[in-house]
Amino acid sequence: MSDKPRKFKGGVHPNDSKALSAHKAIQEAPLFDSYKVIMHQNIGAPPELLVKKGDTVKKGSLLANASGFVSVPLHAPTSGTIKAIDKVPGPTGISVPCIEITADGEDEWGSPLEPIADWKTTDAAVLKQRIWDAGIVGMGGAGFPAHVKLSPPEGKTVDTLILNGAECEPYLTADHRLMLEQAEDVVLGAAIIARVLGLKTGIIGVENNKPDAIEALNKVASKYNIKVQGLPVNYPQGAEKQLIYAVTGREVPVGKLPMDVGCVVQNVASAAAIADAVVKGLPSIERITTVTGKPLVEPGNWKFRIGTPVTKALELAGGITEQPAKLLLGGPMMGIAQSSLNVTVMKNTSGVLLISQDEVSQYTSEPCIRCGRCVDCCPMQILPATISQAVENKRFDWAERLNVMACIECGSCSYSCPSHRPLNQQFKRAKIEIQAGLRKKG
Amino acid sequence: MSTAIIAIIAVGILGALLGVIIGVVAKAFAVEVDERIEEVTELLPGANCGGCGYAGCADFAKGVVSQSATPDQCPVASPEDVAAIADYLGIVAEEKDKMVALVRCSGDVPNTVRSLYNGVRDCRSAVLVAGGAKGCDYGCLGFGSCAEACPFGAIEIKDGLAIVHKELCVGCENCVAACPKDLIIMVPEAATTHVYCNSPEKGAAKRAVCKTACIACRKCVKASGEEDHMEIDGFLIRTNYENPPGPELVEAAACPTTALRIDTEHAKGAYAGESK
Repeated sequence: MSDKPRKFKGGVHPNDSKALSAHKAIQEAPLFDSYKVIMHQNIGAPPELLVKKGDTVKKGSLLANASGFVSVPLHAPTSGTIKAIDKVPGPTGISVPCIEITADGEDEWGSPLEPIADWKTTDAAVLKQRIWDAGIVGMGGAGFPAHVKLSPPEGKTVDTLILNGAECEPYLTADHRLMLEQAEDVVLGAAIIARVLGLKTGIIGVENNKPDAIEALNKVASKYNIKVQGLPVNYPQGAEKQLIYAVTGREVPVGKLPMDVGCVVQNVASAAAIADAVVKGLPSIERITTVTGKPLVEPGNWKFRIGTPVTKALELAGGITEQPAKLLLGGPMMGIAQSSLNVTVMKNTSGVLLISQDEVSQYTSEPCIRCGRCVDCCPMQILPATISQAVENKRFDWAERLNVMACIECGSCSYSCPSHRPLNQQFKRAKIEIQAGLRKKG
Repeated sequence: MSTAIIAIIAVGILGALLGVIIGVVAKAFAVEVDERIEEVTELLPGANCGGCGYAGCADFAKGVVSQSATPDQCPVASPEDVAAIADYLGIVAEEKDKMVALVRCSGDVPNTVRSLYNGVRDCRSAVLVAGGAKGCDYGCLGFGSCAEACPFGAIEIKDGLAIVHKELCVGCENCVAACPKDLIIMVPEAATTHVYCNSPEKGAAKRAVCKTACIACRKCVKASGEEDHMEIDGFLIRTNYENPPGPELVEAAACPTTALRIDTEHAKGAYAGESK
């Protein structure tokens, strides 16, 4: 393995706007009156509800239990009573079940998890069970249960652990601040994950635009035998497959998982959460989220409990100076625009972003001029222009042959398109139609 | 000169010879075609809409002739067409009630809360972005995926709302599958009065995003008296299609949000701006 990172083909360089919040230290959000914890915060099966209306819960006690292997339990963010189990708009806009907790202000601790004092001698299976019990999911955005990635099936060997600290998404600085201020937690988490996987070491990949974070990590990394790797600045450097290529030079084939090339990738925030879960017995009930955007008075990074209403988060950031045009959960490239302010902070909410009126352009999409910019920038090396024409003609079979399923929905093509074609949305549609077709075939 | 004659004779002989061969082959390898299939295909409307579940009219005709289908399964054919096919085949055609599509939403642009949307102008793509740019999670998005699916031009998009012109609807059900919000159902053509809302949310939540939502005030239920024309389903009233109400119920109930409408009037746009 060479130490020099490789640059993946394609990618774009959007204005990163990280300066709005990169210098702001992480602040602990105060305790709010009520929290709305969305039931289904992980990819996979929704957890089974354990509480009912009127129940009293303590901070860290179980609200819902994992309903299968690809499912994680859910814990109460604070102590209080269950006010309602109702529906709220979820991150994708569809209403989803949600547990509303009225906080009693005591914030009384009641987690079923005990700290594991000496993780270095604890059995790997016990550590993995702890990661599962703590309800840890991929906190970079996808929300994939962390323990599943740490359970390679028979016949697959994992030889490389990569921690994703690229944070290539513009505006977001939550991971940056985490690596800077809690470098030890991140590195400790990496060491625990390495132990679960039976590896001696792990590599933390950080984009070179965060030299202070790289320095902070380097100070503590050697203590746990973890390496830190600077990465070229290129969106989407933080995409799993691009990161693996940059660090190891291995390419994950279409339709395969990182595990197939011997790699496991975890987000740095997940690693810090894993360290907390093991060493402090803290379930996944809080996360660091960047609240940012030009319309906000005081953009910054906060440590929020899961279920914090976004309106409260925006209030903490000082409110708005001008009418925003868009509210996004996540970053501007891959985040999802919201149609309501009733959304809440979830385990995978890395950012709450307001976009001002003058930053969005109202456009209509024009025909493709065949300039090929989308083909140049596609990090998965598929042909966005051709596929979009297939989708426009509802030829999902044709799109499938052109490997639309390899699309990682990074949005680079839509970003670079001079005709403002909604390429990314068309690929999302095609992927859903193709998956629905496969389900029908059985 | 003689060269020309030779050529004419040679080509003539060749033509005659090939003609004989084609004749023989046609006889020897002739495919038995049931002429009834062609005849039934002729009698069918020829819209190839697929509403019967077969791959077009010719395939359906094959099914009818082999008696795996009955002529009345064609949603487009008029009762006379069905009778003609049954007559021709010497079978008894069943009488059936004609069904038409109903879009259970009245939330057009002036009456609903919507956000800006620049993406693909197609409902099935639009739902991928925050469930569609509409305040109501259940309402019509109005990009016309159903209208596009309709081979008969029976659905019109007016002010961002799909409206069925029931005189053009043949009941092929293509639109039902096209709607990502499952808003379209098939109702008896004879029913005239419908609740144009499908949101199970509480009244106040619906009113916050749509002026013409059904708020389950039950005026229509009371107005229909002993007759159970209307059914209560949580925070939503639905028409009971087993016993549908007549158009006079709209007047009698005086629906405060105009969610209860007469279909032909709705198609004409008669309720625009009436909601209080």
